[in-house]
Amino acid sequence: MSDTTTPIAVADRPETSRSGGGKSGWHFLKGHLREYGILIALVAIMAFFQVATDGILLKPVNLTNLILQNSYIVIMAVGMLLVIVCGHIDLSVGSVLGFIGALAAVMIVQWGMPWPVASLLCLAAGALIGMAQGFWVAYFRIPSFIVTLAGMLVFKGLTLWLLAGQSVGPFPPHFRLIASGFVPDIFSGEHLNLFSLVVGIAVAGLLLWLAMRTRAQQKGIGAEVEPFAFFAARNLLIFAALVYMSWLMAGFRGLPNVFVVMALLIAIYAFLTNRTTFGRRIYAIGGNEKAASLSGINSKRLTFLTFANMGMLAALAGLVFAARLNTATPKAGVAFELDVIAAVFIGGASMSGGVGTVVGAVVGAFIMGVMNNGMSILGIGIDWQQVIKGLVLLAAVIFDVLNKQKG
Amino acid sequence: MSPILEMREITKEFPGVKALDRVTLSVAEGEIHAVVGENGAGKSTLMKVLSGVYPHGSYEGEIVFDGAPRTFRSIRDSEDLGIIIIHQELALIPLLSVAENIFLGNERARGGIIDWRETHERAGELLARVGLKENPETIVEQLGLGKQQLVEIAKALSKNVRLLILDEPTSSLNESDSEKLLDLLVDFREKSITSILISHKLNEVSKVADTITVLRDGAAVARMACADGVDEDDIIRNMVGRSLQDRYPPRGPGEPGEIAMEVRNWTACHPLHPGRRVVDDVSFHVRKGEVLGIAGLMGAGRTELAMSLFGRSYGRDISGEVEINGRPADVSTVQRAIRSGIAYATEDRKTYGVILDDTIRRNVPLANLPAVARNGIVERHREAEVGEHYRDRLAIKSSSVEQAVVDLSGGNQQKVVLSKWLFADPDILILDEPTRGIDVGAKFEIYTVIRDLAAQGKAIIVISSELPELLGISDRIYVMSEGRFVGEMPAAEASQEKIMARIVKSGAEAGAAA
Ligand SMILES: Nc1ncnc2c1ncn2[C@@H]1O[C@H](COP(=O)(O)OP(=O)(O)OP(=O)(O)O)[C@@H](O)[C@H]1O
Ligand SMILES: [Mg+2]
Repeated sequence: MSDTTTPIAVADRPETSRSGGGKSGWHFLKGHLREYGILIALVAIMAFFQVATDGILLKPVNLTNLILQNSYIVIMAVGMLLVIVCGHIDLSVGSVLGFIGALAAVMIVQWGMPWPVASLLCLAAGALIGMAQGFWVAYFRIPSFIVTLAGMLVFKGLTLWLLAGQSVGPFPPHFRLIASGFVPDIFSGEHLNLFSLVVGIAVAGLLLWLAMRTRAQQKGIGAEVEPFAFFAARNLLIFAALVYMSWLMAGFRGLPNVFVVMALLIAIYAFLTNRTTFGRRIYAIGGNEKAASLSGINSKRLTFLTFANMGMLAALAGLVFAARLNTATPKAGVAFELDVIAAVFIGGASMSGGVGTVVGAVVGAFIMGVMNNGMSILGIGIDWQQVIKGLVLLAAVIFDVLNKQKG
Repeated sequence: MSPILEMREITKEFPGVKALDRVTLSVAEGEIHAVVGENGAGKSTLMKVLSGVYPHGSYEGEIVFDGAPRTFRSIRDSEDLGIIIIHQELALIPLLSVAENIFLGNERARGGIIDWRETHERAGELLARVGLKENPETIVEQLGLGKQQLVEIAKALSKNVRLLILDEPTSSLNESDSEKLLDLLVDFREKSITSILISHKLNEVSKVADTITVLRDGAAVARMACADGVDEDDIIRNMVGRSLQDRYPPRGPGEPGEIAMEVRNWTACHPLHPGRRVVDDVSFHVRKGEVLGIAGLMGAGRTELAMSLFGRSYGRDISGEVEINGRPADVSTVQRAIRSGIAYATEDRKTYGVILDDTIRRNVPLANLPAVARNGIVERHREAEVGEHYRDRLAIKSSSVEQAVVDLSGGNQQKVVLSKWLFADPDILILDEPTRGIDVGAKFEIYTVIRDLAAQGKAIIVISSELPELLGISDRIYVMSEGRFVGEMPAAEASQEKIMARIVKSGAEAGAAA
């Protein structure tokens, strides 16, 4: 062989050049801009309205109101997150919310059915509606956009039919407690609902503990963890915010029942998506359905289940909404799906599936909620509110896409 | 000859990785310049820098093309100068026709109105030049990967190409098609079109290349002129930094055991053309501890056979029986097939193999999640251990198991697919082109893994278009042609000539019968 090989000098090459080395905090922030960005955005928006409304935003009355007003959006956003991560969309949730409210009103007010039985039947009906839609999406591959668009029309119509175009109410007081009740004060504090404060601190503490545990675990497996300063700052912020809010509300009437329901749902679904095989599979289906199916994942059944779950959560939201208004109206739920979907996308989910978090979606919902509330206090008309919300959604998604492209 | 292209001191960093470290590449006008190196050495990255996929400013160093320094801001800029790149991962639009794809962005049109006659005529000529016998109006999706590759080359020819960059063009082609493609490059050389060829098939490289640049760990470590022929072992030594004794691990002493899987009269029809039998009355068996090879040309129906067996993932009107360990087995869904002990590692990693945006850690256990979970809750430390284990065992080059699969080099993505199925721990493992895009050193590792599994009593079925590979690792070989099994032989008696003869003979018989 007479080939001529010219070795190229490699002597002056520093040995460590290819290992990236320790990540600086700045580096980390750049990689996780999105997760911090949305939290920072929420804080900034709250601060802005707190100042702009002369402190009305965080008055206990308003804070309580804000949570009540947003509870049904948050509840549905949690379900919608799963649907969107799975690579689909559900446009029918607003109509389903209205329909279930009407169903509850008919059963409780007109037929005199006991409210716990009626509520359970309503949840079941919601799940059935979700299944009926999920069936076509999952097993016949009819695009979810179309199936749920049809569902949106169908249930809007059925709501009208069920209520015969009238409002039906009022509900019995116990039923209304779902939405307007407060955590009872079993310690009978003087000016404070002490028990509410305890619950608030407990929830905040639990979150902090979970975060620390996760971090320890991640360290244990050598995964990339955020620098301690960030970790501490982020979690202390959340902890302090929760305790402060509980304290504020404890001084008013206590924590609303819905707050507890919401907190539970968020915790359960965050766990479900993050930690269970079920959650892992949903992300896999959204990321690449063919590869997931060929890995033995029953993508049809799981898709079906996410829709069933969405239907049930829409029903729960329907009960909360009806209880809050104390009446079922044919207009209930109109255009709610848009707020819910917007919340999920603001929260960082991807249109093509496989990406998104429960906490992100919830924060997204609160960003929308705070803006609604703040702008109403400032007396901005519904017209401009829509414009501003639309632009915020667009900005969030543009930020997402650009952030990803920079890579 | 004067260099048409000089890349000087190119350095490109990704977060946490320096993919290229002061690489210099000099290509003479009208030559075939090969770039070789292990998986993740930086070959594709270098070509993306050259073609403007990574724009000027995102890397350090200088590119001189045609005597002038160039600062490409996009692929368009480099294409305008006649630098055309064909990527490792094909980039055709699946639902458009061959002709539409060829002239995409470069339509044969007058005043914005497409001239379909010219489009199809020109497309036909280009297809003839690359030796692809397909109607220009065929929808690309209906073509196999190999034919799609030829469409890509036809597309490159439709532009005024001066420097053609091919990133592993032959990895999805069989021998004869690869040969055609290489002849094409030689033909181009005569017309003074310069080519850069990236390939892991060193026999091809040594056959056609005029110069070889070897990359290792992001650095150019050698430049070899091959005017008088070049020794493959020399290339390998430069690539991996040591010499490689054998290309294939020795077969174990043990004889294959009982029959693990028996398939009888398996037939599957094309999903779109109900009457067309893509797999036609195939019967075969594989034994425990045996490595069974399935040889055949592109389009012979091997992938279709495997996928139809694996939970009816391909085709319609599927009929036939499967027995596993002597008992009838239900393989009618992927879940059931996996439960029966079958696994299928795909040849098309991007579409069927991995969740691209997910990390290595999340991809590897996907087919066997319960094994890293307790009560339905994923245990992250076990998941991470599994990821680390396979990253280590198959030498998946990555910054950590937390790296997204989309950011891995092609060969390393392939290793992730293999890891997933190894972790699923099947009894019968079907590997479809398991070493596509994998470097020589890593190939040996994978063959070793295959041999180890066989020694543990697993049955392995290998589908491969590389005949030397099939001959090197199988115990027994079936030959498939046009949907049928047309021959069976122990590997010891098999040779490339024998296998090709079988295929040709069966084709002739079919022709005579028709
Ligand atoms: N977008 C990216 N982000 C982070 N790392 C990347 C990215 N693209 C490539 N890399 C890393 O750069 C290195 C070089 O990758 P490249 O694709 O150039 O390898 P290659 O030589 O083409 O390998 P193969 O033969 O497997 O195709 C690899 O370690 C890879 O993980
Ligand atoms: Mg590559």
